[in-house]
Amino acid sequence: MDGDETHMSIRLRVNGEWRELRAEPRVSLLDALRERLGLTGTKKGCNQGACGACTVLLDGERVNACLTLAVQAQGREVTTIEGLATGDALHPLQAAFVACDGLQCGYCTPGQLCSALGMVREFQRGLPSAVTAEVQSGRPAWSTEEIRERLSGNLCRCGAYNGIVEAVHQTFQAEVAR
Amino acid sequence: MKNFSYVSADSVGGALAAIGRTPGAKFLGGGTNLVDLMREGIEQPDALVDVSNLSTQIDDRADGGLRIGAGVKNTAVAGHAVVRERFPVLSQAILLGASGQIRNMATVGGNLMQRTRCHYFYDDAARCNKRQSGAGCDAVGGFNRIHAVLGASEHCVATHPSDMCVALAALDATVHVEGQQGARRIPLLDFHRLPGDTPQIDTTLRPDELIMAVELPPLPFGANSRYRKVRDRASYAFALVSVAAALAVEDGRVAHARLALGGVAHKPWRALEAERVLLGAAATTATFRQAAEAELRHATGLAHNAFKIELARRTIVAVLDQLAGRGGPR
Repeated sequence: MDGDETHMSIRLRVNGEWRELRAEPRVSLLDALRERLGLTGTKKGCNQGACGACTVLLDGERVNACLTLAVQAQGREVTTIEGLATGDALHPLQAAFVACDGLQCGYCTPGQLCSALGMVREFQRGLPSAVTAEVQSGRPAWSTEEIRERLSGNLCRCGAYNGIVEAVHQTFQAEVAR
Repeated sequence: MKNFSYVSADSVGGALAAIGRTPGAKFLGGGTNLVDLMREGIEQPDALVDVSNLSTQIDDRADGGLRIGAGVKNTAVAGHAVVRERFPVLSQAILLGASGQIRNMATVGGNLMQRTRCHYFYDDAARCNKRQSGAGCDAVGGFNRIHAVLGASEHCVATHPSDMCVALAALDATVHVEGQQGARRIPLLDFHRLPGDTPQIDTTLRPDELIMAVELPPLPFGANSRYRKVRDRASYAFALVSVAAALAVEDGRVAHARLALGGVAHKPWRALEAERVLLGAAATTATFRQAAEAELRHATGLAHNAFKIELARRTIVAVLDQLAGRGGPR
C-alpha cells in the first residue's frame, strides 16, 4: 500500500488546542506527537511499552503513546509534558522534581510526570494497587510503597527513584488526604 | 511496521461485517500486545477493526454473578466495587499484571487473546512452530527458564502470559462470542488450547468471531479468594508461577476449593487434581501439600525451568494456608 489514500485525517486536542494531521494508521501517537506535531517533550525509549518514557494522558488517563495508534486517539484529549506548565511557571510536580533531585539525565522525566499525574487521579478515585492491603473494601492509604508500585511502569536508568517518589509524595500528600 | 487499513466499528454487526469482507483483518482492542507484535513483524494484519468502543459495560447480575464486556479496560475491572468484593482474586490478578499505563489501555477481550511472551516466538530469526507451523522449536533446547512444565509438547513449550485469565479459570468464567453464524458460549477452560502438534492455534475462537463478554457465575465463597504471583522483580514482570485460589472451610474441612496456575502451561491451568484432593479433606497444610503434589505429579522440567515445579507446589500451599486463615499477608 502506498499513496495518500492510505492516510487518514486525525484530529486531536493536544494540550487544549485542536490539531489536525494526515497519517497512515500505522503511525503511533508517539510518532505523531514528536514527528508530525513537533512536540518532542514526549520521549521514545523502548518503543514497546516496557519503559514508560512515552507516557501521556489520553482523556486524563495515562497511556503508553508508543503502543497507541494515533488513529485510536481520534477526537480525544491528549496532555503531554508541554501542557503542564503555565507559561514559565512550572507545575507543582515539576518544581518538586527539581527540588527533590527527581532526575539526572532527564530522559524519563516527561513520562514520569505524566504517569504520576494519571496515577494520582486513579488513587483519588479509590483504585487499589497490587500492594493495597485490603483489595476488597475501602480506600488505599497514601504511602511511598503505593507510589513505587503504581509508578513501576516508568523506568529510570539513572536510578533517581528515591527523588521521584519523594517529589510525588510531597506534591500530593495534602491533596489526597482530603 | 507493515501498513494496514483501519476502521473503528460502531456496532457488533458492523465489526463482524468488516472482519468478514477483509481478508487478513484482525480485531483491535487496546493494542498493547497486537501493536507491539506488529511492530516486530510477528503479526502482519492487512486491516484492523477497532472494537474497543463496543461492549464496555460491567453488568451486576441479580444471582450474584457478573457480566464483563469485552471492551472494558483492565483498570475498570480491577477497580469495580463488585469485583473487589465478590471476586477479589480477579482484582488482584489484574493489578499484579503489566503497568498502570498498560492496564488503562488493555481490554478484557484483548487480554484473553494475548500471545505468548516466549523469546523465540518474538524473534523472527529463531525457529518457532507457533509462528510458522512445522519450522521447529528453538525453545525446547534453548534458554527455557520461562517456559511450560505442564501440558507442553515437543512442538511448543510456550506459556500463556495472562494473569487475568488465571483468575478467570479459577472462577469458572464463560466467554461469550458472536460470529456471522451466531452467538456461542465457550467455557474459559476450553477457550485456550494446549499446543499438541498445532501450537500455531492459541484459542478455540474462530477468526471471524468477536469476543463480546466474560461471564462470572456466582461464587458464594468468592470473597475468600486471592492471587499470588511469583516473578523475577517485585513489580511489572511476567509470572514465573502464579496461583489463583478460592477456598471455603467448614468445620475444619474443605467444603469448596478452586485452584488455577499461571506461568506453567500454554493455557491457564485449572488444578482439578488438586481440587479433588482438597474437597472434604481436613484444611491443613499437610492436605494442601498433598493437593499440590497431586497436581504437579505430571510436571516435567526442561534444562532451565524445573525450578517452577517446586515453586508451584510451595506457592499453592502458601496461598491455601493463607485462605485457610494461616500464614502472613500476600
